Amino acid sequence: MSLLNFFTRRSSAPVARERLQILLAHERAATGKSDLAAILQEEILAVIAKHMAIDRDKVQVKLDRGDSFSTLEIDIEMPALPKPAAKPTARKSA
Amino acid sequence: MSRVLVVTSGKGGVGKTTSTAALGAALAQSGKSVVLIDFDVGLRNLDLIMGAERRVVYDLINVIQGDAKLAQALIRDKRLENLSLLPASQTRDKDALTTEGVAKVIDQLREKFDWVICDSPAGIERGATHAMYHADVAVVVTNPEVSSVRDSDRIIGLLDSKTAKAEKGEQVEKHLLVTRYDAGRAARGEMLKVEDVLEILSIPLLGVVPESEEVLRASNLGSPVTLSAPNSAAARAYSDAARRLNGEKSDVIIPTERKSFLGKLFGSRVA
Repeated sequence: MSLLNFFTRRSSAPVARERLQILLAHERAATGKSDLAAILQEEILAVIAKHMAIDRDKVQVKLDRGDSFSTLEIDIEMPALPKPAAKPTARKSA
Repeated sequence: MSRVLVVTSGKGGVGKTTSTAALGAALAQSGKSVVLIDFDVGLRNLDLIMGAERRVVYDLINVIQGDAKLAQALIRDKRLENLSLLPASQTRDKDALTTEGVAKVIDQLREKFDWVICDSPAGIERGATHAMYHADVAVVVTNPEVSSVRDSDRIIGLLDSKTAKAEKGEQVEKHLLVTRYDAGRAARGEMLKVEDVLEILSIPLLGVVPESEEVLRASNLGSPVTLSAPNSAAARAYSDAARRLNGEKSDVIIPTERKSFLGKLFGSRVA
C-alpha cells in the first residue's frame, strides 16, 4: 500500500452500515407486504365466493408502502353477466 | 424448567456449530444437564467439533424412524458427564426429518435435560425450520459482515413467524451473538462495530466472541473452546454468554483494541 493510499483510504464500515440499513428497510417491507397482501387476497376471495363464482387468478391485491402514504389496490375481474350490456370487469381501487 | 434453544444464523460458516459446542459445554460446566442436537442431516459436523465422531452408532433419523431408542442414540461427553450429543445422520437428507418425529424427540429430551440445544444447518430450508420450530430461545450467530447481517435479519423474521411460539402468538426469546469480531479493525472503520450490528438487527446482545486462534485449535482437537482453552478471550465470551442464558444479568463486555505504546505510535497495520 502506498503512502498516499494509506492516508486517502476511506473507512468501509460506514458504507456497509448504510447499505445494510437501506437494503433491510426494503426487504422487511417486502416480506411484510407479501404476507399481508396474501392474507387480504384470501379473505377477499372468500367474501366474493359467497356470492358468485370467480376465478382465483383474477383477483390481484397490491400493497405499496410509501413514506408519506401507502396504497392498497384490489383488482377483481368478474365473470361476464349473461346480459350482453353488462360490463365485463369491475375495478376498485382504494 | 427445560428450555429449547436454537443456534441459528441463515448464513453458513459464521460459527453456529462452534457456538453450539462452546455454549453447550459452558452450560454443562455451570451444572445444568445439556443435550446438543445436530440438525444438519447429511452434513453433520457437531460430532466432529465435540470429538465424538468415532462414537456415533445411531442418529436423530434412526430415532425418528423408530430404528433406535433415544437412549441408544445419545452420546455422553467424556469430559462432562451432564453433556450429551444427538448426532445427525450423515447418509440421509433433510427430507427424513418429519414434523411429528422431531416434536416427539424434543418432547422426550425436554423431560431429561435442562437445556436442549438445536444446532441449525445454514439456509432457511427444511433442516433450519425444523431446528427452530420448537425453540423457546434463539441465539442468532452473526459475523460483523454485510451478508451475515442480512441473513440474520431474515432468520429473525422467521423466528417471529414460523415457530411454535409464534403460531401461539408468543415470542421466541432472541439473542444476538457476534462472532469473529476484530476490535482493531472495527476501531479503524474496516469492520462493522458491534453497535452497528445491534442497531440494525435490534435484538438484545448475548455476547461478542473475538476472532481467536483458539477456536481453530479447539476444532482441530475436537473439544469445545470453553474446555480446551477456558482462559482465552473467546472461551470467556462464551462462558459469559452461557451465564446470561441462565438468567444472570450482566453487561456484555465489548472487546476493545489493546495497543502497546509502539503500536499506537505506528499503527498496527504494516503496509
